[in-house]
Amino acid sequence: MYLSREEEGIYQGEQGETLRRMMEILVALGDIYGAEKLVPVRSVQIAGVSYKNIGEAGLEWISDLQGKVMVPSILNPAGMDLCRWKEMGIGEEFARKQQQTIEAYRKLGVTIDCTCTPYQIYDGLAAKGDHLAWSESSAVSYANSVIGACTNREGGPSALAAALVGKTALYGYHLDENRLPTHLVEVRADLRGSDYGALGFLVGRIVKDGVPFFRLPGRRPAPDELKALGAAMAASGSVALYYVENVTPKPPGPWRVEEKIGFDRKEIDEVYAKYPGSGADVVALGCPHCSAEELEKIAGLLRGEKVQKELWVCTARKIADLHPHLVAAIEESGAQVFCDTCMVVSPATERFGKMMVNSGKALVYLPGLAGVQAGLGSLEECIDVALGGR
Amino acid sequence: MEIKCHKVASGQASGPALVTKDAISFLGNVDAKTGMVVDPAHELFGQCIARKVLIFPGGKGSTVGSYVIYQLKKRDLAPVAMINIRSEPIVAIGAIISGIPLVDRVTEEILRVKNGTFVEVDADLGVIKISQSIAK
Repeated sequence: MYLSREEEGIYQGEQGETLRRMMEILVALGDIYGAEKLVPVRSVQIAGVSYKNIGEAGLEWISDLQGKVMVPSILNPAGMDLCRWKEMGIGEEFARKQQQTIEAYRKLGVTIDCTCTPYQIYDGLAAKGDHLAWSESSAVSYANSVIGACTNREGGPSALAAALVGKTALYGYHLDENRLPTHLVEVRADLRGSDYGALGFLVGRIVKDGVPFFRLPGRRPAPDELKALGAAMAASGSVALYYVENVTPKPPGPWRVEEKIGFDRKEIDEVYAKYPGSGADVVALGCPHCSAEELEKIAGLLRGEKVQKELWVCTARKIADLHPHLVAAIEESGAQVFCDTCMVVSPATERFGKMMVNSGKALVYLPGLAGVQAGLGSLEECIDVALGGR
Repeated sequence: MEIKCHKVASGQASGPALVTKDAISFLGNVDAKTGMVVDPAHELFGQCIARKVLIFPGGKGSTVGSYVIYQLKKRDLAPVAMINIRSEPIVAIGAIISGIPLVDRVTEEILRVKNGTFVEVDADLGVIKISQSIAK
């Protein structure tokens, strides 16, 4: 791989041991994937934040690093609400380790926003054509597909390497040749809300790491619906890029697909039937993190009501801070708005038997990562269950 | 004999070889507290990878495996060096963050090295020295 004189100097250790190893990571990945060179990134979103995932070894590694990030860098969700962890049922020891992890990132100049939806809280992190080094799979999908930026799905160390060096290796989704559709998906149903998560759940399993091109009839999907679609496909498969005809940016050149698949209403409804919400002892919304629009909808549905089951609403702290009236309206019902974390990454989820969600992504991950059964419903059905209906 | 290879993670080290034709998932296959291979389905089941020159085709599995390698190194239970046919990101990053020399791009003949054979790895020069012939 070609390195500029400055990059070569860093690789040889001229700027210290941390940067030498970070450059070694970028070069190793570049060699593995056949990159020609490095490319500057506009922003970084770093995985490896929840102490549940990284453990003592990960914390030690991050704490040992020296230096400052070169570009705006934020974090994946943590294992708990950084302020209200006690209310989540998180123990003292875990909380202490999680706070230490956050402080280790802060020391490196990382902005402490723990969210899977960086694009909902900042405008300046990504625009069409930008190269990025983002980690969280639904954020990667949204950046590539809806924003039209270019990012691979980075692991914790490679994202941190990109942040400290300010660059990433030019391979994968950074190259137009890897951004062409591989599957055509014809949907013969008018979808809304959680239907997009159910569709993504089905499509991801079929296309795996392919690039689906959707033809969706009817109403134009809202940003939150595209967010749900991409999140589910990245969980049930490893889709990092998709297109929706006349909605998302277009493929970068002429394309011909290997495979065509079709879905109608019946197949979407079968997902709900297979994973019913009945018997859930908790309801959780906000996978990926709720937007302000979603908080507003939830607040509207809860107005004047009292929840009978625990209801978690997960969002980014910036969004909660910007809309205190919505948070207050939601919590008036007895529901809890948690920031910095979510039901998928927090060990607090493990104490439940079954969780009802409106997210295709949470539906995939909850059984394996938290040992909790999952049921799927629309936002309205989830609220109904929390209010004691059904 | 001497074999040319490609540097993934820098450094030099030497030690007794531990060889397997199975890929390794450090999360799951290896116990981070003992360095033992704990997956009964793995060819190295019951063996300890600590301070060996670990020769295997490549990594697989969860990316948390990179941190497991780091944890092994902190406890002095990591291999002193690793040799892959083809490195993938989990083992590559694990080796780099842990400061363990790692080389790849050698032929499958390397998997015929006998366990316990003394092997020297110089990642920076891209050379492996083996005190045994592995030719057919």
